[in-house]
Amino acid sequence: MIMTLLRLFYEFFKTGLFSVGGGMATIPFLQHMGEKTGWFTNGDLTTMIAVSESTPGPMGVNMATYVGFKICGVVGAVVATLGLIAPSIIVILIIAGFLQKFRHSKSVEAVFSGLRPASTALIASAGLSVAWSVFTVANQLSPDSLPSIRWRAVILAAAVFVCMKWTPLKKLHPILFIAAAAVVGIIFQF
Amino acid sequence: MNIYLDLFLTFAKVGVCTFGGGYAMLPILQREVVEKKGWATEEELTDYFAIGQCTPGIIAVNTATFIGHKYKGIAGGILATLGVVFPSLIIITIIAAFLQNFASYPVVAHALAGINAAVVALIAVSVFKLGKSTLKGKIAPWIFIVVLVLAQGGGLFSDALGLQGLAASAISTITSPAVLVVVAGVLGWFLFYPHNGGKGGEKA
Repeated sequence: MIMTLLRLFYEFFKTGLFSVGGGMATIPFLQHMGEKTGWFTNGDLTTMIAVSESTPGPMGVNMATYVGFKICGVVGAVVATLGLIAPSIIVILIIAGFLQKFRHSKSVEAVFSGLRPASTALIASAGLSVAWSVFTVANQLSPDSLPSIRWRAVILAAAVFVCMKWTPLKKLHPILFIAAAAVVGIIFQF
Repeated sequence: MNIYLDLFLTFAKVGVCTFGGGYAMLPILQREVVEKKGWATEEELTDYFAIGQCTPGIIAVNTATFIGHKYKGIAGGILATLGVVFPSLIIITIIAAFLQNFASYPVVAHALAGINAAVVALIAVSVFKLGKSTLKGKIAPWIFIVVLVLAQGGGLFSDALGLQGLAASAISTITSPAVLVVVAGVLGWFLFYPHNGGKGGEKA
Protein backbone atom coordinates (compact mmCIF):
# COMPACT_ATOMS: atom_id res chain seq x y z
CA MET A 1 0.00 0.00 0.00
CA ILE A 2 2.71 2.47 1.04
CA MET A 3 4.81 1.48 -1.96
CA THR A 4 1.86 1.96 -4.31
CA LEU A 5 1.18 5.39 -2.81
CA LEU A 6 4.81 6.41 -3.20
CA ARG A 7 4.77 5.17 -6.78
CA LEU A 8 1.53 7.07 -7.39
CA PHE A 9 3.04 10.27 -6.03
CA TYR A 10 6.20 9.76 -8.07
CA GLU A 11 4.35 9.06 -11.32
CA PHE A 12 2.11 12.13 -10.95
CA PHE A 13 5.01 14.29 -9.81
CA LYS A 14 6.69 13.36 -13.10
CA THR A 15 3.49 14.13 -15.02
CA GLY A 16 3.25 17.53 -13.32
CA LEU A 17 6.90 18.25 -13.95
CA PHE A 18 6.99 17.37 -17.64
CA SER A 19 3.57 18.30 -18.96
CA VAL A 20 3.65 21.92 -19.95
CA GLY A 21 0.39 23.72 -20.67
CA GLY A 22 -3.24 22.86 -20.11
CA GLY A 23 -4.77 19.66 -18.78
CA MET A 24 -4.73 18.11 -22.26
CA ALA A 25 -0.94 18.13 -22.06
CA THR A 26 -1.09 15.48 -19.35
CA ILE A 27 -2.83 12.90 -21.56
CA PRO A 28 0.26 11.51 -23.35
CA PHE A 29 1.95 11.09 -19.96
CA LEU A 30 -1.07 9.30 -18.55
CA GLN A 31 -1.17 6.97 -21.56
CA HIS A 32 2.43 6.08 -20.95
CA MET A 33 1.78 5.64 -17.23
CA GLY A 34 -1.08 3.23 -17.92
CA GLU A 35 1.03 1.11 -20.25
CA LYS A 36 3.98 1.00 -17.88
CA THR A 37 2.20 0.35 -14.58
CA GLY A 38 -0.87 -1.54 -15.77
CA TRP A 39 -2.99 0.65 -13.47
CA PHE A 40 -5.49 1.43 -16.22
CA THR A 41 -6.09 0.66 -19.89
CA ASN A 42 -6.49 3.13 -22.73
CA GLY A 43 -10.22 2.41 -22.55
CA ASP A 44 -10.27 3.41 -18.86
CA LEU A 45 -8.36 6.53 -19.80
CA THR A 46 -11.02 7.51 -22.33
CA THR A 47 -13.67 7.24 -19.60
CA MET A 48 -11.51 9.28 -17.25
CA ILE A 49 -11.06 12.01 -19.85
CA ALA A 50 -14.82 12.11 -20.46
CA VAL A 51 -15.57 12.38 -16.73
CA SER A 52 -12.84 14.98 -16.18
CA GLU A 53 -14.20 17.11 -19.00
CA SER A 54 -17.78 16.95 -17.81
CA THR A 55 -17.19 17.80 -14.16
CA PRO A 56 -16.13 21.07 -12.54
CA GLY A 57 -12.45 21.63 -11.86
CA PRO A 58 -9.38 21.91 -14.06
CA MET A 59 -9.14 18.83 -16.29
CA GLY A 60 -5.58 17.83 -15.36
CA VAL A 61 -6.45 17.83 -11.66
CA ASN A 62 -9.61 15.83 -12.26
CA MET A 63 -7.63 13.21 -14.17
CA ALA A 64 -5.09 12.84 -11.36
CA THR A 65 -7.83 12.52 -8.75
CA TYR A 66 -9.67 9.94 -10.83
CA VAL A 67 -6.62 7.77 -11.48
CA GLY A 68 -5.49 8.03 -7.85
CA PHE A 69 -8.92 7.01 -6.59
CA LYS A 70 -9.03 4.00 -8.94
CA ILE A 71 -5.67 2.76 -7.66
CA CYS A 72 -5.82 3.49 -3.92
CA GLY A 73 -9.18 4.97 -2.97
CA VAL A 74 -9.52 8.36 -1.33
CA VAL A 75 -5.93 8.39 -0.07
CA GLY A 76 -4.75 7.59 -3.59
CA ALA A 77 -6.82 10.47 -4.99
CA VAL A 78 -5.21 12.91 -2.56
CA VAL A 79 -1.70 11.56 -3.12
CA ALA A 80 -1.95 11.63 -6.94
CA THR A 81 -3.33 15.17 -6.91
CA LEU A 82 -0.63 16.39 -4.53
CA GLY A 83 1.96 14.72 -6.75
CA LEU A 84 0.61 16.52 -9.81
CA ILE A 85 0.59 19.97 -8.21
CA ALA A 86 3.84 19.70 -6.22
CA PRO A 87 6.17 20.60 -9.13
CA SER A 88 3.97 23.58 -10.06
CA ILE A 89 4.00 24.89 -6.52
CA ILE A 90 7.77 24.58 -6.20
CA VAL A 91 8.65 26.03 -9.60
CA ILE A 92 6.10 28.83 -9.53
CA LEU A 93 6.95 29.88 -5.96
CA ILE A 94 10.60 30.22 -7.01
CA ILE A 95 9.71 32.21 -10.15
CA ALA A 96 7.16 34.34 -8.27
CA GLY A 97 9.79 35.13 -5.64
CA PHE A 98 12.22 36.33 -8.30
CA LEU A 99 9.53 38.24 -10.08
CA GLN A 100 8.57 40.11 -6.94
CA LYS A 101 12.16 41.18 -6.47
CA PHE A 102 12.68 42.33 -10.05
CA ARG A 103 9.18 43.52 -10.86
CA HIS A 104 10.26 47.11 -11.28
CA SER A 105 13.38 46.40 -13.29
CA LYS A 106 13.17 47.86 -16.78
CA SER A 107 14.21 44.56 -18.36
CA VAL A 108 11.38 42.65 -16.71
CA GLU A 109 8.90 45.35 -17.69
CA ALA A 110 10.11 45.19 -21.30
CA VAL A 111 9.88 41.40 -21.42
CA PHE A 112 6.33 41.51 -20.08
CA SER A 113 5.35 44.16 -22.60
CA GLY A 114 6.15 41.56 -25.25
CA LEU A 115 4.62 38.67 -23.31
CA ARG A 116 1.22 40.19 -22.64
CA PRO A 117 -0.03 40.51 -26.21
CA ALA A 118 1.41 37.04 -26.94
CA SER A 119 -0.31 35.58 -23.91
CA THR A 120 -3.59 37.21 -24.95
CA ALA A 121 -3.14 35.72 -28.43
CA LEU A 122 -2.53 32.24 -27.01
CA ILE A 123 -5.67 32.47 -24.91
CA ALA A 124 -7.59 33.62 -28.01
CA SER A 125 -6.07 30.74 -29.95
CA ALA A 126 -7.08 28.23 -27.29
CA GLY A 127 -10.57 29.73 -27.40
CA LEU A 128 -10.68 29.27 -31.18
CA SER A 129 -9.63 25.64 -30.83
CA VAL A 130 -12.34 25.04 -28.26
CA ALA A 131 -14.84 26.82 -30.55
CA TRP A 132 -13.80 24.64 -33.51
CA SER A 133 -14.31 21.42 -31.55
CA VAL A 134 -17.64 22.60 -30.10
CA PHE A 135 -19.09 24.08 -33.28
CA THR A 136 -18.21 21.39 -35.82
CA VAL A 137 -18.73 17.69 -36.15
CA ALA A 138 -16.54 15.62 -38.46
CA ASN A 139 -18.35 14.12 -41.43
CA GLN A 140 -18.54 10.40 -40.69
CA LEU A 141 -19.22 9.21 -44.26
CA SER A 142 -16.45 11.12 -45.98
CA PRO A 143 -13.80 12.27 -43.52
CA ASP A 144 -12.07 14.42 -46.12
CA SER A 145 -15.05 16.65 -46.83
CA LEU A 146 -15.69 19.74 -44.73
CA PRO A 147 -17.10 19.05 -41.28
CA SER A 148 -20.69 20.07 -40.72
CA ILE A 149 -21.55 22.89 -38.36
CA ARG A 150 -23.55 22.47 -35.16
CA TRP A 151 -25.71 25.53 -35.61
CA ARG A 152 -27.47 25.15 -32.28
CA ALA A 153 -24.15 25.35 -30.42
CA VAL A 154 -23.16 28.41 -32.45
CA ILE A 155 -26.45 30.14 -31.66
CA LEU A 156 -26.22 29.28 -27.95
CA ALA A 157 -22.64 30.59 -27.74
CA ALA A 158 -23.64 33.78 -29.57
CA ALA A 159 -26.61 34.24 -27.24
CA VAL A 160 -24.41 33.78 -24.14
CA PHE A 161 -21.86 36.23 -25.55
CA VAL A 162 -24.51 38.90 -26.19
CA CYS A 163 -26.07 38.38 -22.75
CA MET A 164 -22.69 38.73 -21.04
CA LYS A 165 -22.08 42.00 -22.87
CA TRP A 166 -25.60 43.30 -22.23
CA THR A 167 -25.49 45.84 -19.39
CA PRO A 168 -28.37 44.53 -17.22
CA LEU A 169 -26.83 41.03 -17.17
CA LYS A 170 -23.17 42.02 -17.20
CA LYS A 171 -22.82 41.85 -13.44
CA LEU A 172 -24.08 38.28 -13.15
CA HIS A 173 -21.56 35.63 -12.17
CA PRO A 174 -20.21 33.62 -15.13
CA ILE A 175 -21.30 30.36 -13.48
CA LEU A 176 -24.93 31.46 -13.96
CA PHE A 177 -24.42 31.58 -17.72
CA ILE A 178 -22.79 28.15 -17.59
CA ALA A 179 -25.71 26.78 -15.58
CA ALA A 180 -28.24 28.34 -17.96
CA ALA A 181 -26.42 26.83 -20.94
CA ALA A 182 -26.47 23.41 -19.26
CA VAL A 183 -30.26 23.72 -18.85
CA VAL A 184 -30.65 24.77 -22.49
CA GLY A 185 -28.48 21.81 -23.49
CA ILE A 186 -30.68 19.39 -21.58
CA ILE A 187 -33.99 20.87 -22.75
CA PHE A 188 -33.04 21.03 -26.41
CA GLN A 189 -31.10 17.73 -26.36
CA PHE A 190 -27.78 19.16 -27.59
CA MET B 1 -12.77 36.35 7.65
CA ASN B 2 -9.29 34.95 8.06
CA ILE B 3 -7.25 35.99 5.01
CA TYR B 4 -5.91 32.51 4.39
CA LEU B 5 -9.33 30.93 4.68
CA ASP B 6 -10.64 33.56 2.27
CA LEU B 7 -7.87 32.68 -0.19
CA PHE B 8 -8.59 28.96 0.07
CA LEU B 9 -12.37 29.38 -0.29
CA THR B 10 -12.10 31.84 -3.18
CA PHE B 11 -9.93 29.44 -5.14
CA ALA B 12 -12.18 26.53 -4.23
CA LYS B 13 -14.98 28.58 -5.78
CA VAL B 14 -12.84 29.15 -8.88
CA GLY B 15 -12.26 25.39 -9.04
CA VAL B 16 -15.99 24.63 -8.84
CA CYS B 17 -16.82 27.12 -11.57
CA THR B 18 -14.14 25.93 -14.03
CA PHE B 19 -15.22 23.51 -16.75
CA GLY B 20 -12.44 22.22 -19.00
CA GLY B 21 -8.84 23.35 -19.12
CA GLY B 22 -7.07 26.27 -17.50
CA TYR B 23 -8.40 28.69 -20.10
CA ALA B 24 -11.96 28.10 -18.97
CA MET B 25 -10.80 29.32 -15.56
CA LEU B 26 -9.92 32.77 -16.87
CA PRO B 27 -13.43 34.30 -16.85
CA ILE B 28 -13.94 33.08 -13.27
CA LEU B 29 -10.56 34.47 -12.19
CA GLN B 30 -11.37 37.82 -13.74
CA ARG B 31 -14.61 37.96 -11.79
CA GLU B 32 -13.49 36.57 -8.42
CA VAL B 33 -9.86 37.62 -8.15
CA VAL B 34 -9.57 40.78 -10.25
CA GLU B 35 -13.00 42.42 -9.94
CA LYS B 36 -14.23 41.22 -6.54
CA LYS B 37 -11.08 40.79 -4.45
CA GLY B 38 -8.57 42.98 -6.27
CA TRP B 39 -5.78 40.46 -5.60
CA ALA B 40 -4.39 40.84 -9.13
CA THR B 41 -4.84 43.06 -12.20
CA GLU B 42 -5.81 42.00 -15.73
CA GLU B 43 -2.19 42.56 -16.79
CA GLU B 44 -0.90 40.35 -14.01
CA LEU B 45 -3.34 37.61 -15.03
CA THR B 46 -1.93 37.62 -18.56
CA ASP B 47 1.59 37.55 -17.10
CA TYR B 48 0.72 34.51 -15.02
CA PHE B 49 -0.92 32.73 -17.93
CA ALA B 50 2.12 33.46 -20.09
CA ILE B 51 4.55 32.08 -17.52
CA GLY B 52 2.19 29.23 -16.66
CA GLN B 53 2.33 28.09 -20.29
CA CYS B 54 6.06 27.59 -20.40
CA THR B 55 6.71 26.26 -16.93
CA PRO B 56 6.06 22.73 -15.66
CA GLY B 57 2.56 21.84 -14.59
CA ILE B 58 -0.94 22.60 -15.75
CA ILE B 59 -1.88 26.24 -16.28
CA ALA B 60 -4.75 26.29 -13.79
CA VAL B 61 -2.52 25.22 -10.92
CA ASN B 62 0.36 27.49 -11.94
CA THR B 63 -1.93 30.52 -12.08
CA ALA B 64 -3.44 29.76 -8.67
CA THR B 65 0.02 29.44 -7.09
CA PHE B 66 1.07 32.76 -8.65
CA ILE B 67 -1.92 34.75 -7.43
CA GLY B 68 -1.78 33.21 -3.96
CA HIS B 69 1.92 34.02 -3.69
CA LYS B 70 1.42 37.58 -4.82
CA TYR B 71 -1.25 38.10 -2.20
CA LYS B 72 0.19 36.23 0.79
CA GLY B 73 3.62 34.82 0.05
CA ILE B 74 4.53 31.15 0.07
CA ALA B 75 1.71 30.08 2.38
CA GLY B 76 -0.70 31.99 0.14
CA GLY B 77 0.59 30.21 -2.97
CA ILE B 78 0.17 26.81 -1.39
CA LEU B 79 -3.29 27.55 0.03
CA ALA B 80 -4.64 28.97 -3.23
CA THR B 81 -3.43 25.89 -5.07
CA LEU B 82 -4.93 23.50 -2.54
CA GLY B 83 -8.15 25.51 -2.80
CA VAL B 84 -8.36 25.17 -6.57
CA VAL B 85 -7.93 21.37 -6.47
CA PHE B 86 -10.16 20.78 -3.45
CA PRO B 87 -13.52 20.60 -5.29
CA SER B 88 -12.05 18.19 -7.84
CA LEU B 89 -11.01 15.83 -5.07
CA ILE B 90 -14.51 15.70 -3.65
CA ILE B 91 -16.51 15.67 -6.89
CA ILE B 92 -14.33 13.17 -8.73
CA THR B 93 -14.10 10.86 -5.74
CA ILE B 94 -17.89 10.75 -5.48
CA ILE B 95 -18.29 10.12 -9.20
CA ALA B 96 -15.56 7.49 -9.36
CA ALA B 97 -17.04 5.72 -6.34
CA PHE B 98 -20.73 5.79 -7.19
CA LEU B 99 -21.36 6.90 -10.77
CA GLN B 100 -19.23 4.72 -12.99
CA ASN B 101 -21.17 5.62 -16.13
CA PHE B 102 -21.45 9.29 -15.28
CA ALA B 103 -20.16 10.59 -18.60
CA SER B 104 -22.44 8.33 -20.64
CA TYR B 105 -25.73 9.48 -19.10
CA PRO B 106 -27.58 11.33 -21.90
CA VAL B 107 -28.51 14.17 -19.54
CA VAL B 108 -24.83 14.73 -18.67
CA ALA B 109 -23.84 14.69 -22.33
CA HIS B 110 -26.56 17.22 -23.24
CA ALA B 111 -25.68 19.49 -20.34
CA LEU B 112 -22.00 19.32 -21.22
CA ALA B 113 -22.69 20.21 -24.86
CA GLY B 114 -24.55 23.29 -23.64
CA ILE B 115 -21.81 24.15 -21.14
CA ASN B 116 -19.13 23.87 -23.83
CA ALA B 117 -20.96 26.36 -26.03
CA ALA B 118 -21.15 28.76 -23.08
CA VAL B 119 -17.45 28.27 -22.32
CA VAL B 120 -16.61 29.42 -25.86
CA ALA B 121 -18.57 32.63 -25.23
CA LEU B 122 -16.98 33.08 -21.79
CA ILE B 123 -13.46 32.78 -23.18
CA ALA B 124 -14.35 35.24 -25.97
CA VAL B 125 -15.62 37.79 -23.42
CA SER B 126 -12.45 37.29 -21.36
CA VAL B 127 -10.18 37.80 -24.34
CA PHE B 128 -11.92 41.09 -25.18
CA LYS B 129 -11.48 42.22 -21.56
CA LEU B 130 -7.80 41.26 -21.53
CA GLY B 131 -7.23 42.85 -24.92
CA LYS B 132 -8.37 46.20 -23.60
CA SER B 133 -5.47 46.28 -21.15
CA THR B 134 -2.81 44.28 -23.02
CA LEU B 135 -3.16 45.49 -26.62
CA LYS B 136 -2.35 49.16 -26.14
CA GLY B 137 0.19 51.01 -28.25
CA LYS B 138 1.40 50.39 -31.78
CA ILE B 139 3.43 47.23 -31.42
CA ALA B 140 1.33 45.08 -29.09
CA PRO B 141 -1.55 44.46 -31.55
CA TRP B 142 0.96 43.21 -34.12
CA ILE B 143 2.52 40.78 -31.65
CA PHE B 144 -1.02 39.60 -30.88
CA ILE B 145 -1.86 38.99 -34.55
CA VAL B 146 1.40 37.23 -35.41
CA VAL B 147 1.25 34.94 -32.37
CA LEU B 148 -2.42 34.15 -33.01
CA VAL B 149 -1.74 33.24 -36.65
CA LEU B 150 1.27 31.10 -35.74
CA ALA B 151 -0.48 29.35 -32.86
CA GLN B 152 -3.59 28.62 -34.91
CA GLY B 153 -1.90 28.10 -38.25
CA GLY B 154 1.03 25.89 -37.24
CA GLY B 155 -0.79 22.63 -37.83
CA LEU B 156 -2.62 23.94 -40.90
CA PHE B 157 0.60 25.06 -42.61
CA SER B 158 2.23 21.67 -42.34
CA ASP B 159 -1.00 19.92 -43.41
CA ALA B 160 -1.40 22.24 -46.40
CA LEU B 161 2.19 21.76 -47.50
CA GLY B 162 1.95 18.02 -46.93
CA LEU B 163 4.91 18.17 -44.57
CA GLN B 164 5.75 15.07 -42.65
CA GLY B 165 8.29 13.80 -40.19
CA LEU B 166 11.03 16.22 -39.23
CA ALA B 167 9.67 19.30 -41.03
CA ALA B 168 6.21 18.87 -39.50
CA SER B 169 7.57 18.36 -36.02
CA ALA B 170 9.87 21.38 -36.45
CA ILE B 171 6.85 23.55 -37.29
CA SER B 172 4.81 22.19 -34.40
CA THR B 173 7.72 22.89 -32.03
CA ILE B 174 8.16 26.44 -33.28
CA THR B 175 4.45 27.16 -32.97
CA SER B 176 4.01 25.56 -29.54
CA PRO B 177 2.75 27.96 -26.87
CA ALA B 178 5.89 27.63 -24.73
CA VAL B 179 8.20 28.60 -27.61
CA LEU B 180 5.95 31.47 -28.71
CA VAL B 181 5.91 32.86 -25.16
CA VAL B 182 9.70 32.77 -24.90
CA VAL B 183 10.15 34.37 -28.33
CA ALA B 184 7.64 37.12 -27.48
CA GLY B 185 9.45 37.79 -24.21
CA VAL B 186 12.81 38.14 -25.96
CA LEU B 187 11.20 40.30 -28.63
CA GLY B 188 9.64 42.42 -25.89
CA TRP B 189 13.03 43.01 -24.35
CA PHE B 190 14.49 44.18 -27.68
CA LEU B 191 11.49 46.32 -28.63
CA PHE B 192 10.61 47.93 -25.32
CA TYR B 193 13.80 48.05 -23.29
CA PRO B 194 15.74 51.13 -24.51
CA HIS B 195 12.76 53.46 -24.60
CA ASN B 196 10.49 51.92 -22.04
CA GLY B 197 8.33 55.00 -21.65
CA GLY B 198 5.23 55.48 -23.72
CA LYS B 199 4.88 52.26 -25.64
CA GLY B 200 3.53 48.88 -24.69
CA GLY B 201 1.23 47.92 -21.88
CA GLU B 202 3.51 48.45 -18.94
CA LYS B 203 2.14 48.36 -15.43
CA ALA B 204 0.75 51.53 -13.97
